[in-house]
Amino acid sequence: CYCHCECYSKPKGFFYVCIIYLLAIKVGCSVPAARKTGTTICGVVFKDGVVLGADTRATEGMIVADKNCSKIHYISPNIYCCGAGTAADTEMTTQLISSNLELHSLSTGRLPRVATANRMLKQMLFRYQGYIGAALVLGGVDCNGPHLYSIYPHGSTDKLPYVTMGSGSLAAMAVFEDRYKPDMEEDAAKQLVRDAIAAGIFNDLGSGSNIDLCVITKSKVNYIRPHDEANKKGVRTGDYKYKRGTTGVLTKAVTPIDLELLEESVQTMDTS
Amino acid sequence: MKLRLFKQERCCPRMGPGCLSAGLPVVCLFVVMCQTTIMAVEYDGGVVIGADSRTTTGAYIANRVTDKLTRIHNKIYCCRSGSAADTQAIAEIVAYQLGFHSIELDEPPLVETAANLFRASCYRYREELTAGILVAGWDKRKGGQVYSVPIGGMLVRQPVSVGGSGSTYIYGFMDANYKPGMNKEQCMELTAAALSLAMERDGSSGGVVRLASISEEGVERRVILGNQLPKFSTH
Repeated sequence: CYCHCECYSKPKGFFYVCIIYLLAIKVGCSVPAARKTGTTICGVVFKDGVVLGADTRATEGMIVADKNCSKIHYISPNIYCCGAGTAADTEMTTQLISSNLELHSLSTGRLPRVATANRMLKQMLFRYQGYIGAALVLGGVDCNGPHLYSIYPHGSTDKLPYVTMGSGSLAAMAVFEDRYKPDMEEDAAKQLVRDAIAAGIFNDLGSGSNIDLCVITKSKVNYIRPHDEANKKGVRTGDYKYKRGTTGVLTKAVTPIDLELLEESVQTMDTS
Repeated sequence: MKLRLFKQERCCPRMGPGCLSAGLPVVCLFVVMCQTTIMAVEYDGGVVIGADSRTTTGAYIANRVTDKLTRIHNKIYCCRSGSAADTQAIAEIVAYQLGFHSIELDEPPLVETAANLFRASCYRYREELTAGILVAGWDKRKGGQVYSVPIGGMLVRQPVSVGGSGSTYIYGFMDANYKPGMNKEQCMELTAAALSLAMERDGSSGGVVRLASISEEGVERRVILGNQLPKFSTH
């Protein structure tokens, strides 16, 4: 690959990647399709439960499709799930597992466990071999305490005390690695998650707008939307509208238009 | 073997960290891999297994404290390398099958049975899977055993086996330092030393060293943190 750079005097970075791209096509490797995940989601386990956080930007290529979308999905009264990746896939996957989990819970007569939701999600995603582009952060509190899982589109999962996913995950993980401590208080945990998502919002082009939080404890769930409006829309100080009377009126002529009724037909609506 | 891994690489919609700097709208897509270093050693009375703790998506470390020593049954464990999704799924399926079989038998299952279950799945779906597994454990019939099920679905019993991308760096060390007839502590030291050496040289291996010894008494697990690893180079 080094010898191909000789023809180009432009900055190395851009053309180097182009050459690799063309070389890959020539060799016959399948070139990956462009698809931006455009999200920062994260979760952290604290003393009494878990805190889940997400930004609120949904992108279609380089355009923001939704400035305030909700990425924290309901799975069961004690389990919530943040979703990164293809929005349709995360939405449908979480709804399907939520429905199945409710039936399972009615069948067992018990509150569902986070490990159960994790198993259902990973087995479904593995079955579709990564074609369902859903990267999830699953968190909740059950009879065994608070649990947090990260689930990748191919179906692998990790059980960890703090996780981040999405295009802004590196920025958020940097904040976590610096300031995470085991057994934090609720306020400290909320502040940490808020700062991690903010890092993603301000340093990643695919993430933006507001910060949503979901605090899950044994007794209650606090769905805070928005927790922090990090990007408020500015208020316009001026106005381009001209007031009535700016242009002087010289003459005014009013002509009423007479409409003649030619035909009238009544069709009754079928209300049976 | 490494070329085959690359060609089979499937895409997952996760942004590769290097691509933003190129300025192109094209995104590099990566599979979550446990390209790792795993090892299993037999001794008289049991086995010692060890693994590093790194899981990567491309150049980003998705989990730096992974537990690649997965319990299949009370005294049967497996070391996973290759695609994280594939190996987790296979291990869970085999754990279910073995648990069911053990209830039918009303007896603890044999390590050879577990290894054959792994081999059956890995060989049948060899075109779709990327999984290199070491099955190790203790049973009453043959004592401590190590079975290797590499990519492709072969099954072979070996007294000592290494696997994963970092294993290539320690074959020489293994050949020079493994002697049959070592006891448990010597096996632990050998495994820890070999894994440290591999982690030092292989970019896809790192983190902490997880060790476990399985014998008639049960399973004993140990973690050796980064700063406590045996040191070999002075610079």
